[in-house]
Amino acid sequence: MADSIYGLMARFDSASEIFHAAEKVRDAGFKNWDCITPFPIHGLDGAMGVRRSHVPKFSLVGGFTGFTTGMSMIWFTGAFDYPLIVGGKPYFSPLFAFPIAYELTILFTAFATIAGMFILNWLPQHYHPVLKSDQITRGLDDTFYVVIEARDPKFDLARAKALLTQAGAKEISELEA
Amino acid sequence: MAHSAHTEHAAPAILAEVNPAPLPRAILVENNRSFNWVTEKICGIIEGPTPRWWWISFAVSCFVASFTVLGIVYLVSTGVGVWGHANPVNWAWDIVNFVFWIGIGHAGTLISAILCLLRQKWRTSINRAAEAMTIFAVVCAGIFPVFHVGRVWFAVWPGYLFPVPNANAIWPNFRSPLEWDVFAVSTYGTVSVLFWYIGLIPDLAVLRDRFLKTGNKVKSALYGFFAMGWRGSNRHWSNYEMAYLILAGISTPLVLSVHTIVSFDFAVSLIPGWHTTIFPPYFVAGAIFSGFGMVLTLMLPLRAIFRLEDLITQYHIDCMCKIILATGTIVGYAYGIEFFIAWYGSNPYEGFAFINRAFGHYAWAYWIMITCNVITPQFFWFKKVRQNIVLVWILSIFVNVGMWFERFVIIVTSLARDYLPSSWGYYSPSAVEIFTFFGTFGVFGVLFLLFIRFLPIMPMAELKAVMPQADPHAGHGDSKH
Repeated sequence: MADSIYGLMARFDSASEIFHAAEKVRDAGFKNWDCITPFPIHGLDGAMGVRRSHVPKFSLVGGFTGFTTGMSMIWFTGAFDYPLIVGGKPYFSPLFAFPIAYELTILFTAFATIAGMFILNWLPQHYHPVLKSDQITRGLDDTFYVVIEARDPKFDLARAKALLTQAGAKEISELEA
Repeated sequence: MAHSAHTEHAAPAILAEVNPAPLPRAILVENNRSFNWVTEKICGIIEGPTPRWWWISFAVSCFVASFTVLGIVYLVSTGVGVWGHANPVNWAWDIVNFVFWIGIGHAGTLISAILCLLRQKWRTSINRAAEAMTIFAVVCAGIFPVFHVGRVWFAVWPGYLFPVPNANAIWPNFRSPLEWDVFAVSTYGTVSVLFWYIGLIPDLAVLRDRFLKTGNKVKSALYGFFAMGWRGSNRHWSNYEMAYLILAGISTPLVLSVHTIVSFDFAVSLIPGWHTTIFPPYFVAGAIFSGFGMVLTLMLPLRAIFRLEDLITQYHIDCMCKIILATGTIVGYAYGIEFFIAWYGSNPYEGFAFINRAFGHYAWAYWIMITCNVITPQFFWFKKVRQNIVLVWILSIFVNVGMWFERFVIIVTSLARDYLPSSWGYYSPSAVEIFTFFGTFGVFGVLFLLFIRFLPIMPMAELKAVMPQADPHAGHGDSKH
C-alpha cells in the first residue's frame, strides 16, 4: 500500500546520527526526501546533497530594482516632472541621489530576499503530512527525523525501511498523506 | 643520508597537517543543558501564567505612555508652539530625542547583523530581545520627526516627509539630508522588522505545535499563521540560512548608513560645532555605545526574573561591557579630537563653540555628558566591576543618560550661540516637551513587556545550534568532514 502513505519518518536522537544517516540516504540515490531538524545542522546540506541556495539571485534582482527606483525617482521628481533650480545646482546628479538610492537598494534587497526564501521553500504551507504527525513537536524541539517520500522513484517500503534501520533509526513510522 | 635519518623522528619543518592549539572556547550555555531544556525554558515564559510583576509594570508603563499621548494630542490640536523651541534654538528636544532613540536601536542591529557576520556566537542569547529593542526604539524615535510638523497629516500629504508633491506640485528637496533621513529611518525600521520576523519563524512554529498539543487551538492558530507552516525541513533551513546571511549582510551597511545620515543632518549644515567630518563615525560609535547600555539595562533584570543565568552567562555580560568600554572610549576620543580640531583649524567660530560647550551656559550638560560617557565606561576595565551585576546595571543607566546629554549638548549649545550674538538665547524645554519625551519610555515599556509576554525572548533554534551537542562531529573524532 505504498501509494496511500506520504512516506516514512525515521527518528534519530542526535545531530551526528542524522548526519551519517543523511549521507547513507543520499548515497542510496533518493531525491524526494528531507531531514527535519530543530535547528540548522552545520554541514547537513552537504550530507544530504542539497545544492547552494538560489536566494541570492532574488536578492540581486531586488537590489538592482531598488537602486534604479531611487535614482529614477529623484530624476523624475527633480529633473522631469517639476524641474526646479535649488542652490544653483544641476537638476539631477547621481551624487546627491546616492544616499536615497542606497537605502532603497537595501530595502528592496530585504524584501526580495525574504520573498525568495518563501518562494523557494514553497511557504506558507500550513498543511503538510509532516505537520500532521504527532512527532513534529519533538522534531522542532530536540529530535531529528529523516523523511523519505513515497513519490520518490526509488521508494520501496520494505527496502526504505531496511535502509533507515541500517542507518541507525531509533523508530520508523509511516506518514499519512 | 645519516642526517635525514636523524631528523626523521623530529618534527618536520612544515607539518603535513596543522593542528591548531586547543584554545578553550567560552561555554555559551552553562550546566550542560539539553535542547529540550532550552525549549521548555523559553516557551515556559510564554505558556506560564502572567506574573504579577508583569501586570504592575504594564500598568505603570501604560500610565507613563499616556504622557506621550497627551503631549501629542495637545501638540496636534494647538500647534508646534507648545514646544519650547524659538529662535535661535529651532531644533531642540524633538531631534535630541529622535537621535537618542534611533541610537539605542543600533545595538540591536549590531548584535543581529554585524556580530552574525563576525561569527560571534554569544550573540544568540541576546539577539532576539536586542532586535525587539531596536524596533521599539525606532517606534519611539519616529514619533518626534512625524509629530514635529505639527499638523501630523502634513507629514504624508503634502509630503513634508514623504515624497509627495505639495500644493504647488513641488516635490521634496532630495538634496537635503533631512529627506535622506526619512528614507534611512523608514528603511531601517522596515528591515529591522523583517529581520526580526524571519528569526522568529522557527520559534513560532515550536509554539504552534506546543499549543496544539495542550489543546489551545486559538493560540496555536495565531502562532501558526505567523509561523507560515514551518516544519524544520533541512531543505528549508538551507534557503533560510542563506536569506538570514544576506539580511545580516545588508543590515550591516544599513545600520552604519542610518546613523551616518542622521549625523549628516548636522554635519552638512554650516553651524559651528556641527560642520565637522568626524560626525559619521563618532555618531555610529555613540549609537552602539548607548544601544549596548540599553541592552544591559533591559537584559540584566530579565536574566534575574526568568532565571536565565545559564543562557546569559558572565561571558555574555563581559562581552557587552567590553563593547561599551571600546565604543565609549571611541566617543571620548572623538570629544578630544573635536576640541583639538577646533583649536588646530583656527576657525574662531568653531573655537568659540567648543569653549562655550565646556564653560558656557550649558557647561552643566557638557560635564554630565563627559562624566557619563567618558568616565563611566572606564570602570569596565576591571573584572570585579563586570562581575558585579548590580553595578553593571547602574553603570548602563549612566551610559543612557550620558548619551541623551551628548545629543542635547551638540544640538542646543551650537544653536544657542551661533554666528549672530544679537540673537543668542537660552533654551529650556516646555512642560509639553518634557511630558512627550518622558512618555516615550512608557511606550517603549509597553511594547517590550508585550514582547516578553507573547514572543520567545531568545531564538531557540539559534541557541541550540551553538550548543556543543549540535555539532554533528562531536565526540566522533571525525572532525575533518
